Amino acid sequence: MSDNTMAYQLHDVDCVRGTATVLEGVSLDVNRGEILALVGPNGAGKSTLLAVMAGGIGPSPGRGVLQGKDIATFSPRELARLRSVLLQSNQVSFSFSVRDVVLMGRSPWAATSDDETDERVVRRAMADADVEHLANRSFQALSGGERARASLARVFAQDTEVVLLDEPTASLDLRHQEDVMVAARRLADEGKAVVVVLHDLSLAAAWADQIAILAGGRLVEVGVPADTINADLVKRVYGIDVHVLSDPSGRMVIVPQRP
Amino acid sequence: MHNAPLAIGRRRTFVLVGLIALALVGATMSAMNGQLTASAADVMGSILHGLGIDTALRTEDALIEQTLLQIRFPRIAMSLLVGAALAVAGAVMQSIFGNPLAEPGVVGVSSGAALGAATALALGITAFGGWTVAIFAFVGGFVSTILVYFTARSDGRTEVVTLLLTGIAVNAFAGAGLALMMFAGGSAEREQIVFWQLGTMNGSRWSEVLIVLAVTVPTMVWAGILAGRYDILALGERAAAHLGVNVERLRIVSIVLVALLTAVGVAFVGIIAFVGLVVPHMVRMLLGPGHRWLLPVSAVGGAVLLVWADLFARTWVSGSDLPIGLLTSLIGGPFFFYLVRSARARAGGWA
Repeated sequence: MSDNTMAYQLHDVDCVRGTATVLEGVSLDVNRGEILALVGPNGAGKSTLLAVMAGGIGPSPGRGVLQGKDIATFSPRELARLRSVLLQSNQVSFSFSVRDVVLMGRSPWAATSDDETDERVVRRAMADADVEHLANRSFQALSGGERARASLARVFAQDTEVVLLDEPTASLDLRHQEDVMVAARRLADEGKAVVVVLHDLSLAAAWADQIAILAGGRLVEVGVPADTINADLVKRVYGIDVHVLSDPSGRMVIVPQRP
Repeated sequence: MHNAPLAIGRRRTFVLVGLIALALVGATMSAMNGQLTASAADVMGSILHGLGIDTALRTEDALIEQTLLQIRFPRIAMSLLVGAALAVAGAVMQSIFGNPLAEPGVVGVSSGAALGAATALALGITAFGGWTVAIFAFVGGFVSTILVYFTARSDGRTEVVTLLLTGIAVNAFAGAGLALMMFAGGSAEREQIVFWQLGTMNGSRWSEVLIVLAVTVPTMVWAGILAGRYDILALGERAAAHLGVNVERLRIVSIVLVALLTAVGVAFVGIIAFVGLVVPHMVRMLLGPGHRWLLPVSAVGGAVLLVWADLFARTWVSGSDLPIGLLTSLIGGPFFFYLVRSARARAGGWA
């Protein structure tokens, strides 16, 4: 694959926390214009991998290469203009409104952007995350799902080439789960690289261009969902028997075998 | 919804102008009242005289002029400056602790600073001349801020309970230290230490006001420059870092700012608690949590609170001077109860 489609590369990344090895020898390419789903059982190292990609944890040894440059060489501000991150839990101290919070997503661009651009980007981000009607509500007063969406709008407003989402669908209802994936799809279609941690294999299979399966801190498999996911692999990684079915549109659906 | 930005803009101007007016009225009334009564014209004439402009307004009563220039004006200036500094210190502290109950007096930064100041005094240290007490107060305040910060915080936030327990520990230790210094010092030092514990503007001198001015004004401006970053810090440390804020540097700088703002006040007027709690909270209720307005409006609000509290302290009981720290705690204590209760209601009980 040529370099200009490559948004992010991880080379042989290890991550040790305390005495536990959380990641071991992970190499991964993230392409522009694609959604990469990170899946795996609890404690597989998905969030840690995302944190390494975000630049919050130094990969040791190993290297993260963002847009052709080593991740460790960026300043916090430069990094903030290249990649945005949605964390699993999102809290806000003090009663900032949803609009305020989304507008904070524009802060890395303060020096180069103007009010009009900010306004336009914020409005679209809030529409994509379906939080326009919450604009003047206090973030603290929102439900869990609404908080997740407001935070997602903040990430969209940051308008970066690489978007890292840690379980964006975790606390959302069925419709909003789909909405989030539609929004992620649109970002990818605009040429951005989207990395998303998901628990729902069917959701991952339906929306991702590439799926990366982590288990025990190692990358088990990477590839196009249809070629990658099968009952054997799921059994091996998750320790559960599943049916791999296809829905009327031909997309893969993974359900546990139930007695 | 379209009117919202306009309405908030108008409200901000209204609140800011109103507070500045209150500060000016308070300062003038404070200058006029006391054991000697001065007229507004006397006050004006003396201000102009002090600035080197002699006008027809200048009073012929030398005693009044002396009282105004040497006693009341520095005292008023001190109240305004310390009030502003404490309110800004509170707002900055609440931002980096991610908790609206963080306040220099409550968590022990003020008593830490008082202990530092008392140590310099009781042991007769004068290494830095007129700045000695202020510098020792800063060291005491800095150490206690660091201590509370690293004890009470986890994952970028501060549990209310942990924060308050840490505050109790720091306050208890500093209180014991102060008591120790009382034994170590002579009777003059003892009196001075008691005065620190209560807080009073009494006896403020121009030389002290200048030191407070030189420290607090640049420090408050500095805090104001960081306002945008304090907003983003409300998202939590990791999210703020993802938005390009150098969190590590911001919090160290902020701890220094808080220690400077608190300590320089404590060094010359003693412990005045709750200003940093009450004022930013009120401003947030009126204007919302954005720090670009919270910090400057809190500064003016703190100045208003202390200039009026000091006027009240001087004139309530005729012929005596109540400690101002006692007054602010009388107002602040119940207010604190209310805040703790509402914080508990929000958090759904203590975890």
